Amino acid sequence: MAVGRETTNEATGAGREDGRQPPYLYPDYVATRLRAPKKPLIILPRTLSDTTGPAYGSGPIGELDDDLTRQHSGEPLGERIIVTGRVLDGDGRPVRGGLIEIWQANAAGRYTHKLDQHPAPLDPNFSGAGRCLTDEEGRYRFVTIKPGAYPWKNHENAWRPAHIHLSLFGSAFRSRLITQMYFPGDPLFEHDPIFQSVRDEKAQQRMISSFDLETTRPEWALGYRFDIVLEGREATPMENHR
Amino acid sequence: MSPEPTPSQTVGPFFHNALLDEDRSELVSPDHPEAIRIEGTVYDGAGEVVPDAMVEIWQANSSGRYDHPADDREDLPLDEDFSGFGRSGTDVDGKFSFVTLKPGPVPGPDGRMQAPHLMVSVFARGLLKRLVTRIYFPDEEEANASDPVLSSIEDRELRRTLVAGDEGGVLRFDIRLQGEGQTAFFAL
Ligand SMILES: [Fe+3]
Repeated sequence: MAVGRETTNEATGAGREDGRQPPYLYPDYVATRLRAPKKPLIILPRTLSDTTGPAYGSGPIGELDDDLTRQHSGEPLGERIIVTGRVLDGDGRPVRGGLIEIWQANAAGRYTHKLDQHPAPLDPNFSGAGRCLTDEEGRYRFVTIKPGAYPWKNHENAWRPAHIHLSLFGSAFRSRLITQMYFPGDPLFEHDPIFQSVRDEKAQQRMISSFDLETTRPEWALGYRFDIVLEGREATPMENHR
Repeated sequence: MSPEPTPSQTVGPFFHNALLDEDRSELVSPDHPEAIRIEGTVYDGAGEVVPDAMVEIWQANSSGRYDHPADDREDLPLDEDFSGFGRSGTDVDGKFSFVTLKPGPVPGPDGRMQAPHLMVSVFARGLLKRLVTRIYFPDEEEANASDPVLSSIEDRELRRTLVAGDEGGVLRFDIRLQGEGQTAFFAL
């Protein structure tokens, strides 16, 4: 691999990832048009600068940070759910003590955020933000409310499928990931350019959680399983990847 | 067979309560005798500021040691109070800022040293995956000239985008996502 070799396909989205990661430019998602870089990306040689990384991206975790249904005096409205899974690095090893931060809309599809103009009700008992650390096996678990779909202005009659945003730190700078978890069988998938920006069907499936009866608690909450795989610390450089 | 990575998705416009609820933009106190300040604005391809981006930095401490088990160079001291990680949202004017320490040099490929630099991730609505860039220092001309990453970039304009400007002691590093003067971004 030549140090600093410039790759041509990455910025336009064609080429090496074969649709397993989204491109920067995906014109159906209108906001990418002025934000996707047009110059070729420069391949970075592997050094300590990216094989190390923030082990612990945040301050101490509060007791109720992983339970979004108990952060206020009353219970939020909506369908109570448990979201759990494992975080692995690209070599299949569990990510231990990794920080996961999540945020989401409430059951009505409204974010607690000053810029969210969707005329759906706010829930005084739901802020929609949480975090936790993975355990020794890379497992994590959140209790929350199933988020509602919400409209956005990308195109005529545009709606986002229900989703939970997740931010993760792994073992290295390379493994940093922000993604979204979707729910099985959502009819909005085929109309959502953010979901569709990942072109490979198997890769799309990796963003969809599965209903899990084992996690489901009787008389209390449905369980969803969502496993996450981060880039490994020593993964081969992109151009040789796979 | 190794598992396939989960695809990246945009951070969207509504991440602030979750990701910026505590201020992580000061890695050291502004009163620290060696504190440096880095400021910049994120611009889109139309030259408009990007008010809904998030910038993260990762860096070695002032002796060039990363606070991470993969950096096992015991001869370089770790700094208990310095994690090397920072996060700043952009404000309505597209501005972000950090207060930190200048990192020491760290080893590069082939045993050559790299010039002092910060690793940078940029997240925003409209970015389906993060952008990765680096901040180099304007007072390191010699080290920058021999830096294996910088010196490998043939396009001089592009290379220049990676070196911060010095504005009266404040380091200025603007990030242009697209168009004229686009910042150099890396594939990891
Ligand atoms: Fe969202």
